[in-house]
Amino acid sequence: MVRTALVTGASRGIGRAIAFALARDGHQVGVNFSSSSGPAADVVAEIEAAGGKAIALGADVSDAAAVDAMFTEAAAQLGPVEILVNNAGITADNLLLRMTPEDFDRVLAVNLRSAFLCSRLAVKAMLRARWGRIISIASVAGIAGNPGQANYAASKAGLIGFTKSVAKEVGSRGITANVVAPGFINTDMTEGLGAEVKESVLGSISLGRFGEAAEVAAAVAFLASEAAGYITGQVLAVEGGLAL
Amino acid sequence: MEKTEIETRLRDVLVSELGLDADKINRSANFETDLDVDSLGVVELLMAMEDEFGVKIPDDEAEHIHTVGEAIDLVHGKLNV
Repeated sequence: MVRTALVTGASRGIGRAIAFALARDGHQVGVNFSSSSGPAADVVAEIEAAGGKAIALGADVSDAAAVDAMFTEAAAQLGPVEILVNNAGITADNLLLRMTPEDFDRVLAVNLRSAFLCSRLAVKAMLRARWGRIISIASVAGIAGNPGQANYAASKAGLIGFTKSVAKEVGSRGITANVVAPGFINTDMTEGLGAEVKESVLGSISLGRFGEAAEVAAAVAFLASEAAGYITGQVLAVEGGLAL
Repeated sequence: MEKTEIETRLRDVLVSELGLDADKINRSANFETDLDVDSLGVVELLMAMEDEFGVKIPDDEAEHIHTVGEAIDLVHGKLNV
């Protein structure tokens, strides 16, 4: 069945791969971006070239008014959003003692507040449809913690608690809410890691390699599918056996 | 808008949007105890009323809605000021 999906932060990295995966499954996709309008247009073009339907939606998802406008436009052009992927995320790493309140707040706003703002609007339409999928992209950092990422890990752990609460609130209406928690994935975000860090991390990954964005997207596409209808409030780690 | 018209439209919304049993809906019916509307259902009811009648129902006013009749009165009060 063709549904309307909205993926936040979909111009690059994992979000981009998720947009492609959902489009391949036949869904029409709202490709949200905050500043990368060029890359977002490329994602839309690639989906359209493959015979799919997508639109680019520019919005700062930490801003309530911008999120309102984005959902209005998505509904007008694609129909009500029934699959929401809260993927937008940033890092502003620093050791706790060096972390500024501004960097803490900014990361929480983009990574966690955005999920709240988007989910509350998406749920409205999902309640009407008596069907919905909310999938939030957290991180193993939100489960195990990571030095230098107190803000990022807090935001990702927050997504897990948020998701479980929402799952309990709306489960009776056929709406599921789940988390996908990626480990180390080859993206712009992990490219910045030093060679030494990469080397030490690799030693603790059972599969002996970093993951690919498409491998995270595959998990998201599954949770978005009809087949995953009895799975809710779960955290699916896609991390190559990092925590074993 | 007359109360009878509000009642007719509200009844339609309750049946179509909330899936309530039309036979059980009357002005004295309590949403929670007579119509089996849960807490999320109350929120859906408020959203549906706001959409249908173009009114805003803040939380402090929503707290006073327990029966179908009270919902009608609230909308009537808002539309006829």
